[in-house]
Amino acid sequence: MIKKKLKGLGVHSFLIFISFLSLFPFLWLISTALKGIDENIFQYPPVFIPQHITFDNFTGVWKQIPFLLYFFNSMIVAGFTVILNLIFSSLAAYPLARMDFKGKNIIFYLILATIMIPFQAIMLPVYLIILKLHLVDSYGFVSGYLGLILPFAVNAFGIFLMRQAFLSVPKEMEEAAFIDGCSVFNIWLKILLPMTSPSLAVLAIFTFIGSWGEFLWPSIVLTHKSLYTLPVGVNDLQGMFSANWRYIAAGSIISVIPIIIFFILMQRYFISGQNEGAVKG
Amino acid sequence: MNFYYKKYIPYLFLLPALILLALFFFLPFIQTFVISLKNYSFDIYNPYWCGFENYRILFKSKEFYTTIFNTFLFLLLVVPFLSVFPLVVAIFINQKIKGISLYKILIYLPVVVSLVVVAIAFKWLYTQEGILNYILHLAGISPVGWLTDTKFAMLSVAIVTIYKGVGYYMMIYLASLIGVPKDLYEAADIDGANEFFKHLTVTIPHIMPTIALVVTISSISALKVFTEIYVMTKGGPLNSTKTIVYYIYERAFENLDLSMASCASVVLLAVIFIFSLINIVFFEKKRYNL
Repeated sequence: MIKKKLKGLGVHSFLIFISFLSLFPFLWLISTALKGIDENIFQYPPVFIPQHITFDNFTGVWKQIPFLLYFFNSMIVAGFTVILNLIFSSLAAYPLARMDFKGKNIIFYLILATIMIPFQAIMLPVYLIILKLHLVDSYGFVSGYLGLILPFAVNAFGIFLMRQAFLSVPKEMEEAAFIDGCSVFNIWLKILLPMTSPSLAVLAIFTFIGSWGEFLWPSIVLTHKSLYTLPVGVNDLQGMFSANWRYIAAGSIISVIPIIIFFILMQRYFISGQNEGAVKG
Repeated sequence: MNFYYKKYIPYLFLLPALILLALFFFLPFIQTFVISLKNYSFDIYNPYWCGFENYRILFKSKEFYTTIFNTFLFLLLVVPFLSVFPLVVAIFINQKIKGISLYKILIYLPVVVSLVVVAIAFKWLYTQEGILNYILHLAGISPVGWLTDTKFAMLSVAIVTIYKGVGYYMMIYLASLIGVPKDLYEAADIDGANEFFKHLTVTIPHIMPTIALVVTISSISALKVFTEIYVMTKGGPLNSTKTIVYYIYERAFENLDLSMASCASVVLLAVIFIFSLINIVFFEKKRYNL
């Protein structure tokens, strides 16, 4: 009994320590952001709880950086990326899971092959294609958004995730629907999609997280600050406030609030362990 | 079975995805090879074919070998740690104790926060008068130029990648730990095995495929490292953190040296192709029903 209690204590101390390490960089940012100009942020020994807590850094950086605009841009880009992925992946997955047609194997392996092509290795020609299609922000904001969204509007992981989900739906459902006079499209829309909604949710959430944090591509294509997404805007803080770590810290904290709210609302999808097959960029 | 649809229907369903994949995967994939065989240095709008000349230049460049070395150094710093440590955390979390969900949430948190913010947070920890150097100071060690010393910069970048990855791989391990039969542990208990030995003889052999999976996927993402480096070091100091993707980025978008960028891209494609093939053939067959 005592041994068991000791073991429990050991497990808890280890996990508390790891959780603390996990939070520490953010806690230190918050601490720095709450310190006013009269407090030395490079002080030895470092002070965790600010002597005079002030929100001046938050209001100051909020006035200079259009966070709401960056947030809006991120929402548009991540939102449409998710919607298009859900539609295109589940459309493509249906015939791959259920139908027989000429060239099925070739198409299957072609899609599988894209998993082996890292975006980082083809980003230059992707950029040239986007330029050729006039999908950059200098042609207007709609073009700018499209250029951010379209290269990520479908990916093989999503197609295979949905294909797996469709394969687990009993065939009798579709046959019964067909006999009742349901069209193929309606079978997909009204039978398969509702029955695979857990997979759609997993796909949506992980596509959203991926798109929300994406930095490389927007930093390549964007030229106008008015189209900056949050990661690009936050990186820009470093240039704007070079040595003003109070502002950089405050801006960084502001920028993570939306995704942390999202994470807490959706936590069961992240920590339930059903996402083993989910996507990572 | 296929009585309920017309012949063209499957293609109609596939069409949008195939158009996008063709436009943003296959076409650029081919173009990467084409650009790597052309010379753009005289007129960027009128390049000419130059055979394997670009590759010859690339493989003679010392900077390129430095990038390759750095990339694999980074991989070796990151992958062993990300394959083992998240497993340890997962085993701890897998015990029946209170508060598991909270631990999971806190440890997973860095995964959802954008890498740019994580890199900025670490940059602040790494400053010369920063808190990490204070901890070293307490231990009687003189301050370290975490991001400014060529000996430490790559390690500092690797720490950020590890920090961001632990929660992700922990969840993968947790999912596979659920599948380890409970009676095997009971049998080990009867044999009087201690905790460590129990996991060594029961857990590890049972989840070996998952460990191998984590090794390959963390290797693939290590080969693609970019954001941490861009935000924290820009490849410096003295190229000590310049990895292959950073090199490609710099060549393509800062120097407009399309040829070298594409040659390096082809090298990256080849390396990742090998890792992905191993991954798909050996560890993820089930997911793709091959």
